Amino acid sequence: MSGAVPVTIIGGYLGAGKTTLVNHLLRHAGGQRLAVLVNEFGELAIDQDLIEAEGDEIISIAGGCICCSFGDDLSGALTDLAALSPPPDHIVIEASGVAIPGSVAASVSLLAGFRPGAIAVLADAETVRDHARDVYLGDTILRQLHDADMVIMTKTDLLDRQAVLQVRDWLGATAGDAEIFEAPHGRLPGDVLLGPGASGCGHGPAHHHDASFESAAIAVDGPVEAHGLAARLADGELGVIRAKGFVEDVCGATRLIQVVGRRFEVLDSPARDRHILVCIGRSGGLRRAELRRLIQTGRTVP
Amino acid sequence: MRNITIFRARSIITMNPARPRASHVAVQDGRILGVGDLSELEPWGNHTLDDSLADKVFMPGFVEGHAHAMEGTLWRHVYCGFFDRTDPDGRRWSGLKTLDAVLDRLKAAEASLSDPDAPLAGFQLDPIYLDNITVTRHDLDLVCATRPVGVLHASGHIMNVNTRALELAGLLRQGVDHPGIELGDDGLSIGVLKSPEVYAPVARHVGFGRSVTDADEQGLRDFARLCVRSGTTTVTDLAARLEDEVVGMMLRVTGEERFPARVVALKFFMGHTPEDLVNRAVELKKLSTDRLRLGRIKVIADGSIQGFSARLRWPGYHNGAPNGLWYIAPAQLAEIYERALARGIAVHTHTNGDQATELVLDTLGPALTKHPVRDHRFTLQHCQLADAAQFRRMKALGMCVNLFANHHFYWGDEHYRLTVGPERAGRMNACRTALDTGVAMAIHSDAPVTPLGPLFTAWCAVNRITASGRVQGESERITVAEALRAITLGAAHTLHLDGEIGSIEVGKRGDFAVLEDDPTEVEPGALKDVGIWGTIQGGRKFAAGDL
Repeated sequence: MSGAVPVTIIGGYLGAGKTTLVNHLLRHAGGQRLAVLVNEFGELAIDQDLIEAEGDEIISIAGGCICCSFGDDLSGALTDLAALSPPPDHIVIEASGVAIPGSVAASVSLLAGFRPGAIAVLADAETVRDHARDVYLGDTILRQLHDADMVIMTKTDLLDRQAVLQVRDWLGATAGDAEIFEAPHGRLPGDVLLGPGASGCGHGPAHHHDASFESAAIAVDGPVEAHGLAARLADGELGVIRAKGFVEDVCGATRLIQVVGRRFEVLDSPARDRHILVCIGRSGGLRRAELRRLIQTGRTVP
Repeated sequence: MRNITIFRARSIITMNPARPRASHVAVQDGRILGVGDLSELEPWGNHTLDDSLADKVFMPGFVEGHAHAMEGTLWRHVYCGFFDRTDPDGRRWSGLKTLDAVLDRLKAAEASLSDPDAPLAGFQLDPIYLDNITVTRHDLDLVCATRPVGVLHASGHIMNVNTRALELAGLLRQGVDHPGIELGDDGLSIGVLKSPEVYAPVARHVGFGRSVTDADEQGLRDFARLCVRSGTTTVTDLAARLEDEVVGMMLRVTGEERFPARVVALKFFMGHTPEDLVNRAVELKKLSTDRLRLGRIKVIADGSIQGFSARLRWPGYHNGAPNGLWYIAPAQLAEIYERALARGIAVHTHTNGDQATELVLDTLGPALTKHPVRDHRFTLQHCQLADAAQFRRMKALGMCVNLFANHHFYWGDEHYRLTVGPERAGRMNACRTALDTGVAMAIHSDAPVTPLGPLFTAWCAVNRITASGRVQGESERITVAEALRAITLGAAHTLHLDGEIGSIEVGKRGDFAVLEDDPTEVEPGALKDVGIWGTIQGGRKFAAGDL
């Protein structure tokens, strides 16, 4: 169901920068109603200047966003959020430092009205390898990285370039298919993390706020084989790290295509006036000409 | 008048070595004025002599150091367990030995429901004892296909539900992809939901409350009635959320004139930062009354051994399952310990696997170096797999341990066969090692996981018999006297209450377990069968037969 609320999961051990990233997201929500679920409330969890009102379990944030804690009752907290009027457009779960993000995503997938979005795992470039060797934490850290669609390296500004590249190589070998980004201060664009359209720029022209990324909005005229197209977008060869769009399937139905790294999904959707696909890639990495050709010729399976 | 009551007993086991036995105990204002023979107590002055219990044996009221008040709440559902068990009303429910018997009992309960849409829930199913059968939604559809039906397992980790329940939760659909949900040939869930995250969305449709671990008003009263039936006068509610309105309710209910137990409720750690958690515990402590003791913290470090979610050291699980899960980050555990030590708050930490125990020992050491608090009594709860070296470290750090003696009976065979193998299964819940090492020790039921019943718990620790009848880990057996101490003074010690309860001596609370026989005179194998008349709590008599 394309009407289900997408749920992005942010994992990673303590100190990896999850809260900083969440604060950055809240500041750049772009008019979306974003709800952030945190494992526990802390005095510093949300930047004070963002807070409009504070209750026992919910903090209201400028721009219509909210933040609340879930403790050990994630499904209850999600159900409460869905009952809000209006409901949030997107939910971000800041998982606990030892949570296994894939398990959180699996739990979300069971709840009617929600669908798992990206799993982003933060890795403190300075400490992640030590943690991965820790007798208590090691296997947990590796499981977290293994589950990631994207690994976000933080604190890279504290290391010299050579050291950053070494960590990056190690992450590349450890985290399998995950896209790896560097975001020293958690400043990852919202639409990379949440998906195109999430920070209000997805339907605009094909440019991007952040010099590290670029996006392309491509009109999709005529029917395409939606499943094959989504699979092609997710195979990595076209430089697509995220994609989202509505297309007309060969059978005439409207479908929502979502791509998160190497994962994709094709969902039923109500009919739309316009069919546009937005792709995000690394700056200079998006193979625009091939993307256009792929879509316009309808040749979706190589 | 000073309102002194002198109770006469067949014998009083005081647990005070200076005066181990007596015939009379005098109580004034709920506290023990004196213990001895009548002539020794009469000089206190005018008194009422109560010899209605003159044929009974008194012990210090039992102290259950690890239970959950949800034991009281669960009894509103249908008992589906394999072993006989007594409900708060005193009705003894026979154990169900076949799936058909389980379904029949559920059907009988179903027939008494008038609302056609009302849910039906059962609890304490344990397929381990039913040849490990898989109970599917189709089985439960035989109970009723039109109303939601669900049965919670004894372990608390799995729930079976019928088709209607899956439908209501939106889970009767193709494409469900979750390791905790097995799919049938039709691509749909077979109705077995493994792990609380998985069954939580369905549980509310079958009649379990959202906070399964929290007791409501009636549940708390029922919990206390079970205390009376088991001789328990002080009981823990070991993982309570303790939100403001719940605390208000608990204060009100425990304060009722005839509420028969002292409840020690520990604040559950989840959902709070370490700082907030400790602050709340400090605030809660100020609200304590005689019958509701607040201001302690419960932390969970890992999962359960039979659920393969406990954290084990090398060589890990006997069947090769991957290591379990952490429920708290090591750095957060360290911060909780440091802040709690600094504020004088005791922390009880659930560890099942030996790696989780090791983490606690590694963490508390440095915290104590920063905050060298004497007599902190931080307690390891369950601590089932600890080895001798870990007990020596507990001793060195001044830790207490509360071992899960009942678990050995109910799941010992599973541990032997499947989870940790024969050698480690034999050392689980090592009471002998704990006592020989000098670690302050209690033993517990973890009710509702196993039934509340300190004499049964003592029997488990003394005999170390598993459900199949094998003695497992004979060298870890303890004596009857040691076990009786563990369920009184031992548990009181872990709660910093040994100056108030746990023995019968002047100045302490007038809390007695009133027994039909002398547990020191029966065969050790019959310890669990000693009859219980009821309790005297704070000088007030509570007959189990009158509840």
